[in-house]
Amino acid sequence: MAVSTVVMRALPSPGIAVSPASSSSSSSSTLSCSRVRSSSSKSRLLQVRAATAVEDGESEGSESGSAATIHGRCFVVGDNIDTDQIIPAEYLTLVPSKPEEYQKLGSYAMIGLPAKWGRFIEEGKSKTEYKVVIGGANFGCGSSREHAPVALGAAGVRAVVAESYARIFFRNSVATGELYPVESQGRICDENKTGDYVTVDLELGTLVNHTTGKQYALKPIGEAGPVIDAGGIFAYARKTGMIPAAA
Amino acid sequence: MATVATAAAAAARHNAALLVPKGDGGSLPVLDSGFFGPRVAFVPEFSPTCTQQNASVRAVMAPPQLQQQRSPASSGIVKHALTATEKILARASEKTQLVPGENVWVKADILMTHDVGAPGTIGIFKREFGKDAKVWDREKVVLIPDHYIFTADERANRNVDILREFALEQDIKYFYDIKDRSNFRANPDYKGVCHVALAQEGHCRPGEVLFGTDSHTCNAGAFGQFATGIGNTDAGFIMGTGQLLIKVPPTLRFVLDGEMPKHLLAKDLILQIIGEISVAGATYKAMEFVGSAVDKMTMEDRMTLCNMVVEAGAKNGVVPADSTTFKYLEGKTTIPYEPVSSDGAASFLQEYRFDVSKLEPVVAKPHSPDNRGLARECKDVKIDRVYIGSCTGGKTEDFLAAAQLMAISGQTVKVPTFLVPATQKVWLDLFTLPVPGAEGLTCAEVFTKAGCDTPTAPSCGACLGGPQDTYARMNEICVSTTNRNFPGRMGNKDAQIYLASPYTAAASALTGFVTDPREFLS
Repeated sequence: MAVSTVVMRALPSPGIAVSPASSSSSSSSTLSCSRVRSSSSKSRLLQVRAATAVEDGESEGSESGSAATIHGRCFVVGDNIDTDQIIPAEYLTLVPSKPEEYQKLGSYAMIGLPAKWGRFIEEGKSKTEYKVVIGGANFGCGSSREHAPVALGAAGVRAVVAESYARIFFRNSVATGELYPVESQGRICDENKTGDYVTVDLELGTLVNHTTGKQYALKPIGEAGPVIDAGGIFAYARKTGMIPAAA
Repeated sequence: MATVATAAAAAARHNAALLVPKGDGGSLPVLDSGFFGPRVAFVPEFSPTCTQQNASVRAVMAPPQLQQQRSPASSGIVKHALTATEKILARASEKTQLVPGENVWVKADILMTHDVGAPGTIGIFKREFGKDAKVWDREKVVLIPDHYIFTADERANRNVDILREFALEQDIKYFYDIKDRSNFRANPDYKGVCHVALAQEGHCRPGEVLFGTDSHTCNAGAFGQFATGIGNTDAGFIMGTGQLLIKVPPTLRFVLDGEMPKHLLAKDLILQIIGEISVAGATYKAMEFVGSAVDKMTMEDRMTLCNMVVEAGAKNGVVPADSTTFKYLEGKTTIPYEPVSSDGAASFLQEYRFDVSKLEPVVAKPHSPDNRGLARECKDVKIDRVYIGSCTGGKTEDFLAAAQLMAISGQTVKVPTFLVPATQKVWLDLFTLPVPGAEGLTCAEVFTKAGCDTPTAPSCGACLGGPQDTYARMNEICVSTTNRNFPGRMGNKDAQIYLASPYTAAASALTGFVTDPREFLS
């Protein structure tokens, strides 16, 4: 299921607006738009995001999806990355709602991973250079600890793109607004390498790997999108007027 | 009582008033449905990425049968037959019917949190509802410190202080406090592991909805209720409103029939099942356990079953309540409850049938709970230690089983064997209950005779590693009665954990190798 045959929205002419890489990205970050365009050869066709939405019809007129574009290097792992690997239990004494401890949590993100996956955060640093984590099946399985998506978010991850998620991790990611838990159409972790430059475009529903030139389809983020855009369930509820502004 | 009820109602009204009612007169706004779950196909197309070996397990189950497959979008049909889980959620959301996949607002009967989940939850609660906000009901929030208790770690100790401060400020009725860490017996309120404490203290009731900031909250499904784990943000929301938006899960039904062999325990059954369907086999689903073998199970057996459904990815587990449940609850709770069970015509996503008489003791090999293997096929695995404890395998009956096997053997353990009772009650049972067939000796006496470590202070202990000075935290090859064996789970990435029943754990301790309990139980 390599290069997707997902149909893309007609691109505005001079090409896709590629968001510049965030400050933490190291090497040259301005990508040529032409390189991006060539990897999306089917770019003239209609957007069918609505058609790719799986069952469970979206409610008419509801705000769904996100316009977020995330650009940066990816960190690739495999299946069943459980919460003990994402944030080992010994760090759970850190309380996510306290700002200093929130930052500390971030510095320990993925520290429980077996060595074969490589270092997620450089020695001596407290944030990761990887904006996107690419995973296989059942990402985030194990505990209900909200520290897991929080640690990833605090470390600087903006999206996880995985084949499938464990329930509580997905829910916590949305509720906290810490990161976008995006589902790929099929398995993509075997074709992407840690360090590759990628662009995750939630509106178009694509992950483009600029290093390999390949492109992959993503499942729509749906109603989770606006919640995460707003910064989590409480922020969303305030923004949409469900809850008045904080006391 | 009237004052308490009034205060609770007032708090709930205050917090609920923060939710602006919809113009159409609905009492609560419904957040756009669907955002609390990825769009899981109603009939899943996954192929389980199971890592199990294809060992020669005798055919013990009929192939899974797909029940009627309905797409919610096509159903204009009113559905009258409901599963137990659907009934509980229907009642909690005040609906007469609902379908799997639907998002509904449910009222929580109990919200439980512990020393790891509470500080973050409280932080969010105060940030969102105001620093002077009151919880929706001071009798429905149960605070149970249990994770990192007997440690010198300052932050861990501070977290228990945060719990205490909040309990005092909110006048929380159920707070099982501990102040004197050097002697757990000196703390009359302290219980120990939250899930076992919830059961023992009568907070689990059939038909109710229980949320906890811990994945093994599903343990309480043994009481025929809906119980599931949530994160701090959701818990903070419930603290203020007493409600949560959740998606109704479809149910997988597990029919366990036949006579339980004497060497088999509930832990073997759930490991068997997880090995069958994989760690993602029940993602977003409910797992219901019925059958003649389940009917004969004790409450602790049922808790062992439900405790580990989360290891298969499930949302909740459920054993319909019966006379065993009612008997257990006698004297534990005065709150009336209404049991439910699945309608005969209810739809299940899939049904699995097991003949338990044909099953053998199993282990989950490193490093996944679904990495199932027969205990007898692992007999060449030399181990460094044995750990008997946790909400899964540290209950009274778990220790009785282990002690029974050791007493029958008359031998001593070949490796350090750590015993961590789940709660104060369990600890006391170890020192008072006689082990059947051991000539009047108590569990503790049998364990001492066999050379085990002295049963330690009750808590979660090393099940999840914890601070560096946690008792039995380790980096070796271990047979454990706990629930997870992912890399680093018990404190070190290189450790190798074999999950097993208390019988298998005891047998392994006696030989120094992973051992099938039939070596000692004929």
